Amino acid sequence: MTSIDESDKEKLRSVSVDLNNDTSLLIDIPDALCERDKVKFTVHTKTTLSSFQKPDFSVPRQHEDFIWLHDALVETEDYAGLIIPPAPPKPDFESPRDKMHKLGEGEATMTKEEYTKMKQELEAEYLAVFKKTVQVHEVFLQRLSSHPVLSKDRNFQIFLEYDQDLSVRRKNAKEMFGGFFKNMVKSADEVLISGIKEVDDFFEQEKTFLLDYYSKIKDSTAKAEKMTRSHKNIADDYIHISATLNSLCAEDSTPNKKNLEKLSDLFERLRKVEGRVASDQELKLTELLRYYMRDIQAAKDLLYRRARALVDYENSNKALDKARLKSKDIPQAEEHQRQSLQKFDKLSESAKKELTSFKGRRVVAFRKNLIEMAELEIKHAKNNVALLQGCVDLLKNN
Amino acid sequence: MADTARDPPPDRTDFHEVEDGEDLFPEPSAETPESQPASLSAVDISTNANGPKQDSFFDDDNEDLFAEATEEVSLDSPERDVLLSDGPSPAITPITPPTSVITPRIGHTHDDMFTHSSFDEIEEEESGDSFDIHISVSDPEKIGDGMNAYMAYKVTTKTSMSLFKQRDFAVKRRFSDFLGLHSKLASKYLHIGYIVPPAPEKSIVGMTKVKVGKEDQSSNEFVEKRRSALERYLMRTVKHPILLKDPDVLQFLESTELPRAVNTQALSSAGILRMVNKAADAVNKMTIKMNESDAWFEEKQQHFENLDLQLKKLHASVESLVCHRKELSVNTAQFAKSAAMLGNSEDHTALSRALSQLAEVEEKIDQLHQDQANADLYLFSELLGDYVRLIGAVKGVFDHRMKTWQKWQDSQMLLQKKREAEAKLQFTNKPDKLQQAKDEIKEEIEELEGKVQQGERDFEQISKTIRKEVSRFEKERVKDFKMIIVKYLESLVQTQQQLIKYWEAFLPEAKAIS
Repeated sequence: MTSIDESDKEKLRSVSVDLNNDTSLLIDIPDALCERDKVKFTVHTKTTLSSFQKPDFSVPRQHEDFIWLHDALVETEDYAGLIIPPAPPKPDFESPRDKMHKLGEGEATMTKEEYTKMKQELEAEYLAVFKKTVQVHEVFLQRLSSHPVLSKDRNFQIFLEYDQDLSVRRKNAKEMFGGFFKNMVKSADEVLISGIKEVDDFFEQEKTFLLDYYSKIKDSTAKAEKMTRSHKNIADDYIHISATLNSLCAEDSTPNKKNLEKLSDLFERLRKVEGRVASDQELKLTELLRYYMRDIQAAKDLLYRRARALVDYENSNKALDKARLKSKDIPQAEEHQRQSLQKFDKLSESAKKELTSFKGRRVVAFRKNLIEMAELEIKHAKNNVALLQGCVDLLKNN
Repeated sequence: MADTARDPPPDRTDFHEVEDGEDLFPEPSAETPESQPASLSAVDISTNANGPKQDSFFDDDNEDLFAEATEEVSLDSPERDVLLSDGPSPAITPITPPTSVITPRIGHTHDDMFTHSSFDEIEEEESGDSFDIHISVSDPEKIGDGMNAYMAYKVTTKTSMSLFKQRDFAVKRRFSDFLGLHSKLASKYLHIGYIVPPAPEKSIVGMTKVKVGKEDQSSNEFVEKRRSALERYLMRTVKHPILLKDPDVLQFLESTELPRAVNTQALSSAGILRMVNKAADAVNKMTIKMNESDAWFEEKQQHFENLDLQLKKLHASVESLVCHRKELSVNTAQFAKSAAMLGNSEDHTALSRALSQLAEVEEKIDQLHQDQANADLYLFSELLGDYVRLIGAVKGVFDHRMKTWQKWQDSQMLLQKKREAEAKLQFTNKPDKLQQAKDEIKEEIEELEGKVQQGERDFEQISKTIRKEVSRFEKERVKDFKMIIVKYLESLVQTQQQLIKYWEAFLPEAKAIS
């Protein structure tokens, strides 16, 4: 049972999503339980809205429930003109689990303290992954709650309120297959969409921008991840160095013993700082990039939906022409065309608004995170300088 | 006769100063054929076998007697000589410094040095002429082409010590010269208990790359690693008060021309012989069971075994650190490029600029990590590597002591046998042969008694030397480590301070995003 207190959550809310201060619907995940692979989130809602039965309540939810909610929103036609907040990724404990396994295998080659420290590091990593996944699920819900349209969604309400197991409502196998199929069609759409002639400059620009930006941000995310991993590796090396220095110290009976002790202690502290550098970088940089990568995908999806609507409208035009030619079913064709146009216009209008506010959101988030990251890097480096300089002075004076 | 000036080291006999007219060399060319090897046994450090080589020491002496010496690689002398390649010059022992060799150098004022008959006094004298010598190895230069190419290094010595002819001088040396020097020193001093610093390791792969002409980062690193290792090797060697005065060392530092030490090549016959000997030694070591009566030795041996283990482990960890830091540098560089592209793609102007700035900062940081990785390597990692090898030399010296003990015990056993044989002789009934046999045995017994005494003396001597050496080594080790660790930590401090500068410069850029 792992819980997260308020101050941690404040720090964790790194991936700023510019939540409005409307307190009529407040959602958070105060608690989460991790059992094997499954994470059970406690979704807590506080609301002043009358549409809910109670003002304050909590329900247990699984990751799959979040996915259901997301997909339900995506498939809702009314929301076609909105950027649906990206679904939270599946909790992935594979990396720390693998490392824990490797550590167990290598236990014989290290001293007891070394093993304990490595284990501690891994447990911290495990905890970090856990915190991250809680945060990302929480942010998803909070984006929904702060969206003027989506917050009123019926499925959303069910998600928050329904106190039974949601799996009844979740996709059964057939639906899932349907969803899969939909995804496949979507990728075909991508090809289709890129080729479509765009009349509106705004959308033409957005399309070019989003397509390019997506690939760039995906690459940056991967590279940032590699950087973070290297930092973690260095922290691990410091553990081993500290442990061996400790062994040397234990064997030493000369006045050099004190020096070895100091050195061993220094490396132990350095590795803690290095570990924090790694995790802060991950939170402020990698996670930021990762989140917006997914968000941009959601924006792309919006463009695709709009492009589909445009295709539909164009098809309806063609159908109308054909009907006029054949002098058959003209009123239906006219109605169909009118509806398509209306749908398309509504979608375009909504999309424009969404995309504009999306850009604003993105800029604000980047600004906040880059500032915080720089400040943290400075803080850690200053810490390192103090530690190192202290040790150098001690050694020199001895 | 000059021979008396070169009594075997364990004998605490007096020696006398070389008088002016005296023959400085015991007619080397005449004695070479019957050269006795300066063998591993402590009994006989004869300089006879080493005669030919001494002369290149005097570059101004052009007598034919000496000139031909450079060709002498003693192929038909006992196997010992093969290992000595171009023959080391007489060992400097604490008792009898090869005055004949040193005299011309030292000239006037330091005659007193020759009357010293103990290690202690030489040390004291040494403090009068304070240790002031600095050697640097620089300017690696590729000479030749293809597989016969090699690297020549400039060895510069700056010193105020009167041991040397000049105060500031330089020579060109190649790697095999260093190996040759080490092999000479090892053959002279290891078996009497001196810890001779090991030479840097050979690397066929590394060297081949250089020969083939690959000018990439890894071959540059290889050359730099080697250059730095050679420098440390020489400094460690001259820090040893006895080795510093060895004529081979002086020759190495001063002579313009040094005959090539061919027998240091890994694949030469000498190299193979060395490997065989090493294997044989390892087997022998396992079979010698020494009754250690001295707790100090037992404790120290244990201590060095342990140190060996821990240092190897630490070395491995630091090597891993170097590797990871290099990875970090590469990954940071890649991220920088990616961030630059992202910045270009970003359509919000201020954010675009900030991202480009981020890319620049990360690029500078990747260089920082690269530099830090180098410090990790050249300061920390190489230091540990050196000490792992040094500890190997220390363990070797302990092994020699065991061998010396074994030899003594063997002589003693032989003596015992002969005595028993003598006793048995009393009961033979061949009176005519009896007297002859009795005389023979008596002679043998006398000889063996001498050997046993010698063996005991050798053993005591080597034990004493080792004690001194170990204490010197430990002091030196602590000093060395401390100095280099402080340097290394200071490099870490610098890196962190640079990081602060870079991020502080970036911060206003991030804040400027509107």
